[in-house]
Amino acid sequence: MSAPSAMRTPWLPKLVVAPSFLLSFFFIYGLIAWNGYLSLSASHMLPNYEFVGLQNYADLFDNDRFHVALKNMAIFGVLFIGGAMALGLLLAILLDQKIRAEGVLRTIYLYPMAISFIVTGTAWKWILNPGLGIEHLVRGWGFPNFTFDWLVDPDHAIYCICIAGIWQASGFVMALFLAGLRGIDDSIIKAAQVDGASLPRIYWRIVVPSLRPVFFSTLMVVSHLAIKSFDLVIALTAGGPGYATDLPATFMYAMSFSRGQIGVGAASATIMLATVAAIVVPYLYSELKVKK
Amino acid sequence: MNTQSSLTWHRVVLWAALLLFAAWFLTPLYVMVVTSLKDMDQIRGGSLMALPAHVTGQSWSKAWDSACTGTDCGGLRPYFLNSLYMVIPAVGISTTLGIVNGYVLSKWRFKGSEVMFAMLLFGVFMPMQVVLLPMSQVLGYFGIASSIVGLIVMHVLAGIPSTTLFFRNYYVGLPDELIKAAMLDGAGFWRILWRVVLPLSTPILVVTLIWQFTNIWNDFLYGVVFSGADSKPITVGLNNLANTTSSVKEYNVDMAAALIAALPTLLVYVVAGKYFVRGLTAGAVKG
Repeated sequence: MSAPSAMRTPWLPKLVVAPSFLLSFFFIYGLIAWNGYLSLSASHMLPNYEFVGLQNYADLFDNDRFHVALKNMAIFGVLFIGGAMALGLLLAILLDQKIRAEGVLRTIYLYPMAISFIVTGTAWKWILNPGLGIEHLVRGWGFPNFTFDWLVDPDHAIYCICIAGIWQASGFVMALFLAGLRGIDDSIIKAAQVDGASLPRIYWRIVVPSLRPVFFSTLMVVSHLAIKSFDLVIALTAGGPGYATDLPATFMYAMSFSRGQIGVGAASATIMLATVAAIVVPYLYSELKVKK
Repeated sequence: MNTQSSLTWHRVVLWAALLLFAAWFLTPLYVMVVTSLKDMDQIRGGSLMALPAHVTGQSWSKAWDSACTGTDCGGLRPYFLNSLYMVIPAVGISTTLGIVNGYVLSKWRFKGSEVMFAMLLFGVFMPMQVVLLPMSQVLGYFGIASSIVGLIVMHVLAGIPSTTLFFRNYYVGLPDELIKAAMLDGAGFWRILWRVVLPLSTPILVVTLIWQFTNIWNDFLYGVVFSGADSKPITVGLNNLANTTSSVKEYNVDMAAALIAALPTLLVYVVAGKYFVRGLTAGAVKG
């Protein structure tokens, strides 16, 4: 591009983006480094920049509550990611069968994604509460011994979070897969039909395998959603009973902003960052490389 | 004849499944709406799914202006207004910066601009927990901690990577010849943006505005960490309201409050769902 007007001010584009890029890079990389330093410092109630090495990380991995958070992350990660992906894929395939009311159904499946996790959590807390919620409802149907108290049961409360999470996110997965399905060449499917392949077989052998790229980017987005989960836990169980449903994000919040353990909180944030980076950086790298 | 009946059979199963799933997605919304319209007597005595015996809007007005959120009992109205004051400038600023950044990164590339874009993209994915502690120091240093201004700054900074991504990827698809032709006519950097690029940007502008509005309205993390007593957004207000331990738990007020908090984004979704979906997929599938 070498038109005269552009030549006059070759520095202008750079100047225009400079402020927002400088601020953004400070925000992203500067604050990551700052947080990293806090995680190596003796900060408790207030930041204190005395260097203590890896002490906070040692404390973190000695902390029972953090172990609970990691274990919950594993349970939630597997069930939420697996559940949302499976249900989303199923919904996308069902909707792909030339349904007349597709637009309406899609709107219904996806609306939870438009509302806040706090709203979802508040609603499910009411539905799942043992006193007047589902338990009460099923007993009223003539099953007086039915019990469903997972929400207040430390061993099962995490599954309530999975249920609400899957409810919220599977429509999103459906939208991504549906976009992928619409990109598949119809003639391949027609050819298979002519050869006499059954519909499930066509999906299993041809359609699903060709969704591979969509599958990976969806998996990435959903796992990233899982690791960042914070609002849903706060609204549904507030991490309780006790700290039975803590996830790393709620652990970080509790340590940093209510327990006066800033150093440990910063260390747990760094662990979260490292986990996300391990998933995202290879993905971003491959996405950007492919485009060149 | 046989294939005909097996085809009908397929459709029946298919529709049964589709409607069953629709019911599973709609049930919580249904329960919220009917609960919000019942009185507490019916909630305690009746069934979760039952329609209200006599419809009352009392819990809605209580949730709006007299329910207790912690110690003060002014309902959700102040929080709703805070969210409004926060969301409008935050969406406007982050979108404007996204337009300019995307325009430069697609049509005025310079040495290193692609690397800068890649580095910015990491901001879309990083877990924000990692910036919370330092950011509260920064906001405190500038004297805007616990204020709506601080929240706006936070949302703008957190939003720039995605708005830049949206516009950049859209503008890459605009033919370079358009820009070149405008240059030959003597138009400069700003004139091309204003007269050529912006008029072609309506779809992506709508996508970005909706995306940012939904995200910022629904945010809870920054709201709970960075707000003060007078600047809490609606999500924090709702959470406080629903978790206030009073002698009597008023589920109908909780549900009305949850619906009030959800209404603005639901409304946008119903009116412009197509663009919302496009934002979701654009945020997920790069390129």
